[in-house]
Parts: sequence; structure tokens; C-alpha cells
Amino acid sequence: MKMMKRINTFFYTMGQGILNIFRNKWFSLASVATVAACLFLLGVFFALVANVQHIVRTVQEDICLTVFFVEGTTKEQEEEIHEAIDSREEVLRTDYRSEDEEWQRFSRDYLHADVEDFPGNPLTGMDQIRVYIKDIAKQEDLAIYIESIPGVKLVRRSWDLANVLTAINNLISVVFVFIIAILLVVSIFLIGNTVSIGISIRREEINIMKYIGASDFFVRAPFVLEGMIIGLAGSSIPLILIYNGYNTLLYYVKDQFTVLSNILDFLPVKDIFHFLTPVSLLVGVGIGFFGSMSTIRKHLHV
Amino acid sequence: MTKKEERLKKQQQIMEEKGIIYLDNVTKSYSTGSPAINGITLSIHKGEFVFIVGDSGSGKSTLIRLLLRELTATTGEIYVMGQNVAKIRHGKIPQYRRNLGVVFQDFRLLNDRNVYDNVAFAQRVVEVPNREIRRNVPAILATVGLAGKYKAKTTQLSGGEQQRVALARALVNKPSILLADEPTGNLDPHNSWEIMGLLEEINERGTTVVVVTHNREIVNAMKKRVIAMKKGIIVSDMEEGVYNDEDDEEN
Repeated sequence: MKMMKRINTFFYTMGQGILNIFRNKWFSLASVATVAACLFLLGVFFALVANVQHIVRTVQEDICLTVFFVEGTTKEQEEEIHEAIDSREEVLRTDYRSEDEEWQRFSRDYLHADVEDFPGNPLTGMDQIRVYIKDIAKQEDLAIYIESIPGVKLVRRSWDLANVLTAINNLISVVFVFIIAILLVVSIFLIGNTVSIGISIRREEINIMKYIGASDFFVRAPFVLEGMIIGLAGSSIPLILIYNGYNTLLYYVKDQFTVLSNILDFLPVKDIFHFLTPVSLLVGVGIGFFGSMSTIRKHLHV
Repeated sequence: MTKKEERLKKQQQIMEEKGIIYLDNVTKSYSTGSPAINGITLSIHKGEFVFIVGDSGSGKSTLIRLLLRELTATTGEIYVMGQNVAKIRHGKIPQYRRNLGVVFQDFRLLNDRNVYDNVAFAQRVVEVPNREIRRNVPAILATVGLAGKYKAKTTQLSGGEQQRVALARALVNKPSILLADEPTGNLDPHNSWEIMGLLEEINERGTTVVVVTHNREIVNAMKKRVIAMKKGIIVSDMEEGVYNDEDDEEN
């Protein structure tokens, strides 16, 4: 019997929460619009930053250390050095190129000729390992380590590009955290305020409920549910808009700016939404929940 | 005997000895000015019909708010149905209020809901099953003469009808006490008499009724107990009393 009463009350409060949205449709619309506007900004900015970071990362992947060997190093010794480098944690991948392979590649790519057209290999003694690094900030430490391996003659580094990219990446990370934090605070403030105004308008209604003997839960539950639904709606709208907008933009860039899309590797939409969807929904529903919960608490002491 | 049984027995004892409502030297002061209620001792017994009269600022409404536990007394003790009101924890106030029906001058209805939903709301807060709500609400609406208007929005009703809805809402949970704060204040004489007639009927069925009012004609005609207040103190308390001019005069 008690369980039945609880179930009744649960469905009643749920129903009231949904009805409240329609009873106060203008306030609900205003709240949904506020949440949507804030989360739209957040989403657009996130998509932008994620792409910049992705492009930087793609460029970083082409940066490598080139390792040359001391004259007279045997193929077995070169193999050992290769293995030692490969076993390092900061190494993403390595690429061993013998002097013959390198000469073949060079003549094909730059001289547009066959190696047989030349009398000998001018790159003799230029066996090399190209070392690609997970995080280019660690390039120098790895280079020092490789140089300490017996048999290694020279490690060529991509100094300037590596430093510039590291700086850009760090700057983007700091700016990203800063702007996202500001946007979140502004969102919470705006949404909290909108919810608070809506609840203040209904203060009289809350008073009546309390006079009749409604418990805090009974008064609070429909409002909290209402806040959560508003948050959910407000966070879904920007997700739909950004999804469609981003896809359209990608196709447009691919179509109209072929050169640009060849140079820059944009993130596919699913990669953006893999992170953006849960975060947006969580922020929207969370703000709706905490906003209505905290505002209503002020009015419960009747 | 369990602790709960002991407590209930003690409450029953206080109620029998001191009355269903008992105020012991109660003072209520706000931060500024003189006390709204100043050392009142008062006892109202089960089944009584009591008018509380007095001019504005006499402390009548503060008394109702104290009984509703919307305010707490600065000094003194208030017992309602044997419970010391000041000792009721915040979480238990809703349960306490469910024993009190309350009616206000401005009706305080939920204007975005219809008549049925307003009355049913009082049942829902006490978790009455839907089946019983569907039986009880039409019955109480019939008692207050609104059986045919259960679908109407409260804003479409006259003042008298709105007060009847408020009365139905106050009574649907069969409270032991009905507190009415100026229930006829916004009504014409005809509706005022109808509402007072309903209050009398409710009282005859056993509910203790406390009515705060300015309506001299009604008080004098009904020959009930009249407690007159002035500047926070009780100036007279008469069985089958009247509302005298001097009760309403400033000192």
C-alpha cells in the first residue's frame, strides 16, 4: 500500500514537472533559449579549438629526429640501435632507411630519375633511422639519449618547428581552459538567474503548497524535474545545430576550398561529438538541476 | 509502551486538560516596533467555534501565522493538539499542517489549475490513492455547493465560489481544526453569509473552527465565542459574545 502511494506520488510529481513547463511556457522558452545560447557558444568554441589542436597534432606527427651512424657500423649494430630507440616510451614509431633505399627515394622524388641512371650512390654511409615522437616537447631529451648510444654519429632535430608547435599547443590549451571556464561561469549565472526569476514568480504557488502541508520533496520535485527538462532541451538544440552546421561547413570547405582541405586535416563530426554530446547534456541537465534546487530552497521556509 | 505511544498519550492528556489550541503567555516580537502579540494566554477546546476580532495591527493574523507554524513565538509556548508547536522540526511541519485546514481572505488558489485539481492537490500531498481522490473530491465539492463546477478554472469563478473552493481544499483531508483568516473579507454580504453558514455546518460535524474577522454583523448575529484583541493583547473573551465598537477603537 505504502509502495503504491509512493508510485502514485512519483508519477504525480513527474506529471506536474512536465505540466509546469507548459503552464509557464514563456518562462520555459526563455530558459531553454538561455541554456541553448550558452551551450551553443561553448560547443562552437570547443569545435574550433579541437580542430586547431588536431591540425597542430597532425603537423607534429611529421616532425622527426634523423639518426645517422658512425662510419663502419655494421648492419647488426644498426639493428641493435634501432631496437634500443624503438623500446623508448616517448617514441611513436621509427622508420629505418638504408643508404640504398634513401638514394632510391631521393632520385625518384627529387631527380625524377632511376638510380641506374647514376654511376654510384652519393648517399653511401647515410643509413638512417627516422624517429617520430609522441610529444615533441620531449624531442630534446630523446635526442640527447640517442646521441649517447655508441655508434650514433649525429641526431638531426627539427628545432624551430617543434618549438613553435609546442608553444602554440600550450597556448591553445591555456586559452581553451580559460575561455571554457568563463563560458561555463557565465552560463551557470545566466541560467541560474533565469530559473530563479521563474521560481520567484511562482513563490505564491510554493507558499500555498506549504500551507496545505506539502513536504519539501513534494514542492521541490516538479520544479527540479522542470529545470532538468529545460536543461536537456536547452542542451539538445545547440547539439543539433552544431552537428548540422559543422557537417555543412566541412562539405563546403571540401567543395570550395580543395587546397585548404588538402593542407588542413579537419576533425570528423563524430570525433567532436564524442566529447561534446555528454559534456553538453551533463552541463545542461546539471545546471537545470542545481539551479532549481538551490533557488527553491530559499522559498521553502514558509 | 513505545516512545511514540507515550508521546501520543501525553499529547492527548494536554489536549484534554488545556484544549485543542493552548497559548501560554505567548509574545511575538519583530525586529522593530512593539510586540505584535504580547503575553497572550488562551485556550480553545475541541469542537468550539471562535471568532477573533480586532482592528488592523491587533495581532490577529500574527496569531494565525503562529498557529500555522509559519512564525515561532519569541517567548511562551503554543500547543496545538497537544503538540508543542515550537518543538516541531522543519521536516515535520508539513505533517503538522495537514491537521489544520486554512482559508485566507485572498483565497490563495492555484490559478493555473481547475477546481478539481485545486482540491485534489490537498489530497495528493498526503498521498491519498487516486481512487479515493476521485471519490472524495466530488463529495466535498458537493458539500460546498460546487459539484457542477469541478472543471472550471478558478479565475472563471466569483469571489464567493473561489472561497468555497478554498474551503473544500481546507476540509477535504478532514482536519481537526479550521483556521479562517478574514474568510469574508473579499465577499459581498450574500456570499459572506453563505460561507459562514458552511463554516457553522463544518463546526457542527466536529471540526474546531477559528475565524479571524472584521465583519461585525456576522459576529454579532452568530452568537459564538468572541475573543477581541487590541495591540497584541486580549481585551475580552466572551461566550456568545459580540463585536463591540470599543473593541475596534484605538486607545
